[in-house]
Amino acid sequence: MNRETVEGIQCEFLDDLDIVADRPSRLLDVHMHYCPGCGHSVVHRLLMEVVQELHIRDKTVGIAPVGCAVLAYDYLDIDMQEAAHGRATAVATGIKRVRPDLIVFTYQGDGDLAAIGTAETVHTVNRGEKIVIVFINNGIYGMTGGQMAPTTLPDMVTSTTPEGRDVTTHGFPLRIADMVALLPGARYVTRQSVTSAKGVRKLKKALLKAFQDQLDDKEGTSFIEVVSNCPAGWKMTPVESNQWLEENVLKYYPLGDLKSPPKE
Amino acid sequence: MKYLMKGNEALAEAAIRAGLKGYFGYPITPQSELLEYLAAELPKRGGVMVQAESEVASINMVYGAAGTGERVMTSTSSPGFSLMQEGVSYIACTELPCLLVNVVRGGPGLGTIQPAQSDYFQAVKGGGHGDYKIIVLAPSSVQEMADFVYRGFDLADEYRMPVLILADGAIGQMMEAVEFPEYDPEKDRVDHSSWTTVGQPEDEERHIITSLFLDPDIMEKVNLKLQDKYKTIQEKEVQFETVMVEDANYLVVAYGLSARVSHKAVELAREQGIKVGLLRPQTLFPFPSDALSNYASKVQRMLVVEMNAGQMVEDVRLAVEGKVPIEFYGKMGGAIPTPEEVLDQIKILSSFKIVKGS
Repeated sequence: MNRETVEGIQCEFLDDLDIVADRPSRLLDVHMHYCPGCGHSVVHRLLMEVVQELHIRDKTVGIAPVGCAVLAYDYLDIDMQEAAHGRATAVATGIKRVRPDLIVFTYQGDGDLAAIGTAETVHTVNRGEKIVIVFINNGIYGMTGGQMAPTTLPDMVTSTTPEGRDVTTHGFPLRIADMVALLPGARYVTRQSVTSAKGVRKLKKALLKAFQDQLDDKEGTSFIEVVSNCPAGWKMTPVESNQWLEENVLKYYPLGDLKSPPKE
Repeated sequence: MKYLMKGNEALAEAAIRAGLKGYFGYPITPQSELLEYLAAELPKRGGVMVQAESEVASINMVYGAAGTGERVMTSTSSPGFSLMQEGVSYIACTELPCLLVNVVRGGPGLGTIQPAQSDYFQAVKGGGHGDYKIIVLAPSSVQEMADFVYRGFDLADEYRMPVLILADGAIGQMMEAVEFPEYDPEKDRVDHSSWTTVGQPEDEERHIITSLFLDPDIMEKVNLKLQDKYKTIQEKEVQFETVMVEDANYLVVAYGLSARVSHKAVELAREQGIKVGLLRPQTLFPFPSDALSNYASKVQRMLVVEMNAGQMVEDVRLAVEGKVPIEFYGKMGGAIPTPEEVLDQIKILSSFKIVKGS
């Protein structure tokens, strides 16, 4: 046994230990710019676990959004293309159509996917593009400083709804996953979260299924919504934000599959 | 072998022969034949055609597809090209090769479906946000609609940037005989594998295509690199045609459809003994500024003819730097000048008696 002092704390290290959990090989070992407690980093990690486990780095292209994840390629060590705000699924369509052998996914927030990019989102799924759409829904515009998103809950206070979201003037929270689940082009539509270990495991399973289906050239689009927190934007601690999410957000956005892949 | 084809069809056929792998477009008059021709032909001949939900989607599909290094294009007409400008700015900054086509119609607004040249500024001055340019080719015949496709794809590959074919509704719609030159798209094709985003093996560095550089010093370097490229293009790629300029006292400057009309007017003026010539820019960026500057010291007056309120005339004035008076004649909103109308302008031009150096 080795004894060592690390950052002022005395530690004991056992010899010959097996590594049971490690950083995925393609998640870069750098500081992330995400706020403490933010869900993005967990989803980033899961995506790179999938790329590693399916051995698909040599054919994978990710599309980065505009929003908090605009610098996703600073952390994901794979080929990536940065889209204009809202256009990620159109960019992905272009790639997949001229190179159907590639594995293509988009990574988008709620403002990107469900406000400015609604048309692209709906039509990409409607065409049944064989791509994976990863949709992070935290109900707020994080990067620009906490403005109302299309997914913001009723009465929720944001910097552009200082009195709370009044649905009679600001419209209702958009359940876009429910919308695209109605489209014949949708293959697999599911809503997951990363607030608990159990949720993280379920999301990983969903991502694996979606990427494996694309690898197998299955028909249709996979759409994975991740209900996530935004402690900074919601003005809460990470723990409070997760609690608030489970008590309030999930009532409006219940978890589970909205459309299952066809049985074979 | 010669074919009788519409300009739009000739352009589409040339694109297939140039190795087009992906076409992304949205219907709009007067360019829809392009879409229809490619929908029928491209899938049979090695490419994919996607009818997008909007021009915004089309240009972003082109942006994605261009990132793979394959030959890709879109086409539209004026209002649609306005919608595409954000995407063109991204493609210019990320330096991706692609071919764009604007079969111009009269504006502003929804305008008319008749031919016009009122998108000149948008085409040659950037059009979208930020400091960028794209190469602009201006065909004035169905043959050039085809020829400029090959040249356009080659230039796009060489300089890694969007190349725009700026046509108009008349050139797109009219039928003429056209020949398709021998062209092998794979021969001497530029190797793009050092930057394309197509997935990389485990032991190789990944590629990123982005136009986001938060550090202003780096963003300035990106800009300087682009400006450097545009300077090279200005030096090397200018293309224009001249008609009866050798002994000319007056020079008409026009491109595209107005150059065809002006050509006829110059012939009519010559019949009446007026020594007038025509300079027709085939590239609008890069603009034949040096050639015009040279002619400015040879002729007494120039006349710029356009189907707009006077756009290219500004570049002609910048090129000649006040050395010679510049007149302008334009028709707007889909109206086309007649040779007789241009002839009248040439006569007015020649009625000024200015003796150089006096």
